[in-house]
Amino acid sequence: MSAERVVLDARAVQAAVRKLAAEILEAVRAAGAAPGELAVVGVRRGGIHLAERLRAELGRAAGAPPPLGTLDIALYRDDLASRGSAPVVGPTDIRFPIQGRTIVLVDDVLFTGRTIRAALDELVDFGRPRRVWLAVLVDRGGRELPIAADFAGARVEAGGGEDVQVRLVEAGAAADAVIVRPRAT
Amino acid sequence: MIGRHRHLIGLEELDRGEILQVLQLAASMKEVLRRPLKKVPTLRGKAVVNLFFEASTRTRSSFETAAKILSADALNWTAAGSSVSKGETLVDTARNLEAMRPDVLVIRHAASGAPRLVAERVGCAVVNAGDGAHEHPSQGLLDAFTLAEHFTRAAGGGPEAAPDFGLLAGKTVAIVGDVSHSRVARSGLHCLPKLGAKVRVCGPPTMIPAGIERMGAEVHHALPDAVKGADAVMMLRIQHERIGDPLIPGTREYSKFWGLNARKAEEWLSPGACILHPGPINRGVELAPEVADGPRSVILDQVQNGVAVRMAVLYLLAGGGEAHV
Amino acid sequence: MSELLFIEGGRVIDPSGGVDGLRTVVVRDGRIAEVAERVERPREARVIDARGRWVTPGFVDLHVHLREPGQEYKETVATGARAAVAGGFTTVAAMANTSPVNDNASVTELVLARAAAAGLARVRPVGCVSRGQKGEELAEYGELKAAGCVALSDDGRPVASPALMRRALEYARAFDLPVAVHEEDPSLAGKWAMHEGAAATRMGLKGMPAQAESAMVWRDVELAELTGGRLHLQHLSTAGSVRALREAKRRGLRVTGEAAPHHLALTDEDLARAGYDTSWKMNPPLRSAEDRRAVQEALADGTIDCVATDHAPHSAVEKDLEFDAAANGIVGLETAFAVCLGLVRQGLLSERRLVEALTAAPARAFGLAAGTLAPGAPADVAVLDPAAEWRVEPERFHSKGRHSPWKGAALTGRCTHTLVDGRLVHGS
Repeated sequence: MSAERVVLDARAVQAAVRKLAAEILEAVRAAGAAPGELAVVGVRRGGIHLAERLRAELGRAAGAPPPLGTLDIALYRDDLASRGSAPVVGPTDIRFPIQGRTIVLVDDVLFTGRTIRAALDELVDFGRPRRVWLAVLVDRGGRELPIAADFAGARVEAGGGEDVQVRLVEAGAAADAVIVRPRAT
Repeated sequence: MIGRHRHLIGLEELDRGEILQVLQLAASMKEVLRRPLKKVPTLRGKAVVNLFFEASTRTRSSFETAAKILSADALNWTAAGSSVSKGETLVDTARNLEAMRPDVLVIRHAASGAPRLVAERVGCAVVNAGDGAHEHPSQGLLDAFTLAEHFTRAAGGGPEAAPDFGLLAGKTVAIVGDVSHSRVARSGLHCLPKLGAKVRVCGPPTMIPAGIERMGAEVHHALPDAVKGADAVMMLRIQHERIGDPLIPGTREYSKFWGLNARKAEEWLSPGACILHPGPINRGVELAPEVADGPRSVILDQVQNGVAVRMAVLYLLAGGGEAHV
Repeated sequence: MSELLFIEGGRVIDPSGGVDGLRTVVVRDGRIAEVAERVERPREARVIDARGRWVTPGFVDLHVHLREPGQEYKETVATGARAAVAGGFTTVAAMANTSPVNDNASVTELVLARAAAAGLARVRPVGCVSRGQKGEELAEYGELKAAGCVALSDDGRPVASPALMRRALEYARAFDLPVAVHEEDPSLAGKWAMHEGAAATRMGLKGMPAQAESAMVWRDVELAELTGGRLHLQHLSTAGSVRALREAKRRGLRVTGEAAPHHLALTDEDLARAGYDTSWKMNPPLRSAEDRRAVQEALADGTIDCVATDHAPHSAVEKDLEFDAAANGIVGLETAFAVCLGLVRQGLLSERRLVEALTAAPARAFGLAAGTLAPGAPADVAVLDPAAEWRVEPERFHSKGRHSPWKGAALTGRCTHTLVDGRLVHGS
C-alpha cells in the first residue's frame, strides 16, 4: 500500500473528463460532423463508467446525449493460449447502427494497445463506422501496436513493473483516483 | 484442456471442478448468444472437424454453430458416401482426417469406445459427440446447465441471470425411458451426482440395464414413484427399433405406462418441476405435445444451452498453439 | 550308442506319479528312463542344470487355435507350435474352426503333416462335431479319428440344436471320442461385446448374461446323462457353469471341464479399467468377480479338471477396430504358466494342483498319452523358473498373435527349457 502513489485525485479526474468532452466536441466541429452522428462505446470493464460520464458531459454541452454502447473483448483477445484462466464474458451491447457514425471508443488506461486492437476488431464486426476516435482517461505509454489516443485526459509516467489503475466511485471506490503501484506478481 | 484432459470422451473421467470449469465458461459463452452479432474471432484459424458416423442433425448442427460463432472453420464429414462405406477402418479414417491438421475432432459413432480409440491414435483434441450407449458428454453438460438455469430462475433470478450451479445440490432428477440404450442417461449419471443432485432412473425392467444402481441411480419401474417429489424429469426418446427387440410390446402400452401427458404431469409432478428431453421427441409416445410445448418444458433452452456448452468445450480444447494478433 | 540327458538339481513335480521333490530326470533315447533322487551320471551324458527350477511333464493344452489351413496370416501350425513350446506346452489340441474346417481326414492330415514338419509341440487335431460346423448334420467321426483326431468340437460356435448335440454324444461313443463344447445359447447371448453386468452398463457395451453359458451347460449335462457320452466343457467362465459341472460329477457322468487363464485371473471390471482395449475381448468374455472366484475354486478342488488357454490369435485387421467390431480371441500359450502361477502365489491353488491341471488332468480328459514323467513315456518335459520376472512384450511372442491383456505387465514364472521326445525344442 505504501508504494501506491496518486497521480490524479478526484478533482483531476473530473477535470480530465471535462477536458476530453470539450476536445471531442471541438473535433466534431472541426470535422464538420453532424451532432447526431456521434456515439460513445465503452470497452469493458474499465471503459464502461468512463463512457457513461463522457456521454453525460457531451449531452450537457450538446443538448442531447449521444447513444452509448459497450464492448466486451474477452473473446477477441490475442492471448487466449497463454492465459491460464477461462475468459469471463460480459455483455457486448450496441443497440444502434454504427454504419456512418463517428464512434468514440472509450477506455480507462491506454498501455500496449492490444485491448484497443481487439475492440476495433469487434467494433467493425458491427458495421462500418464513418470514423473511430479513441478517448482514454490516462495514456501511460508502452505501446506494442501502432495505436494512439485521439484524446487523452492525462499522460502518466509509469515504469514497466508498475500498474496504472483507475478507481471510480461507480465501481465502488471511495473517491475517484488514478494511482500507480507496483505490479502484483 | 479441460482440467487435466486433452479430450472430452466422457463425464466419468471429469471431476466436479472440471465439470464446473466447462459450465461456468458456458455461462460466459451464452452471453455471446444474446448479442445482436453472434460472432467472435476467438478460434479464428482453428479447424474443427465433425466426424459423424451416425446421422444426427441436431448435435452436428450444434457443434457446427458453436464452432462458427467462435470463428473456427468447421468441416463436416459424414460416413454416408465416404470411404467408410468402402471398408476403411475407423483408425484409417481418423488418421486421414488428422492429416488435414484439425485442432478438434468431434466424433459421433455407434460403437461405444470409438472416440477413445480415435483419441489414442490422433494428435488433435477429440470430443465425443455420442458413442453407442456409452456417453454423450456435451449433452450431459448442457442438461446440467439447463437444470441450473431453471433452478436459478425458480429461485427468483431474472430470465438472463447467470445460472447458479450450486443450486443443483440436493435436487432430484428422474430419467425416464430406455436407459439401457441411452448414452444421455449415462452421462447424466456421471455428471449430476458430482454436482450434488440425486438421479432416479425409470422404465420397464427390460430397459433398465444390469448394475445401473452401481452408477448411483435409484431404480424405479413405476412412473408415478419415479417423478414424485422430483425437481426435474428427463424423458428419453424411445427408438422405434427397440420395439419388438423385444424390449417392449409396443408404443401404445409404453406411452400408457411410461409416457407423460398433461394430466399425469399435473397429477404426479411437483409444481415447479421442469421437463427435459434430449430430442428428437417422439410426440405422443414418451411425451405428449402439450407437455413438450408446455410451461414446464425447458427443451428449447437445452438446444440453446447446447451451443453455449459446445462453445466452451471447443474453446477449452482448441486453445493452445500459436496466439493470433 | 544311446543318447543320454540328465536334468539335474530341479524340483520334479509330476502329479501323475505322485512325485514332488528334488530329483534327477534321466532321458534315454527320447524317453524317460528314470526319475530318482540319486543317479550316477555317465561322463557322456548331456546335462540341463535345473537348480532352482521346477521340472514337470510338458504341459498339455486342450484348446488352441492354430488357424492353419486358411488363416495363416494369423498363425500357422509351426508358429503356434513354437509359441506352445516357448510356454512349456508339448501337446496342444488344435481346434477345428480353420478354413476349411477340420471335418474330414484331408484337413486332419494336413495339420499333422505341418506339425511333423515343424517338429516342435505335438499337435493333436480336433475334428468337427457337425459337418462344416453348420450345426446341422454329424461329421464323420470314424474317419476323423482314424486320421488322428483326438476329440470333436465346433468351438467358436455352440452346438445350438439339442437334438444334434444328443446325437453327437451318442454317435461319438462308437469311437470313444469326447465331444468338447463351447457353451453359449445364441438367442440368449444375442449380439454382445462383453459380460452383462455393471461394467458393461457403464461402458455402454452390450452384455452377454452368464446364464447364456450355464443354461447350455445344464442342457448338455442332462444330455450326457441321457446318452452316456463323453462331454468336455470348454472355457468355463461362470459360477452357474461350475455348479452344473459339479452336479454332473456328483451324478458320476463322463463330463470334464477346462478353464482359461484369463477367466481365472481377470474380470469384467479389469476390462473396464483397460478401456475399450480389444486385447481384452474374447469369447466367453471376462466375467464378474463372483464368477472368477467360482472358477478358481472349481479348478482348485478338481471340479474343473484342467487349464486350457483358448489361444486364439488374430491380426490387426480383426483387432485394431472399435470394440464392438473387433474379433473375439487373445493369445495365451506364452503367458499361461506365469498367469496361473499368480493364482498359486495368491494362495488360491496349490503348486501340485497347478501342475496337474496343466499336465495329467488334461491328458486324462482327452485320453492322451502325455502329461507324465513315468519311465518309458516319451520325454516331453518342461523346465520352469518360478521366480523369473519378465515383462510381457507381445512383439516378442513366437505366436503371430499380438493381442494379450497382459501386454506390458510384469509377470513371474517362465519356461526355460522344453523337451519333446527328449529333444530340446525351447531353451539352450
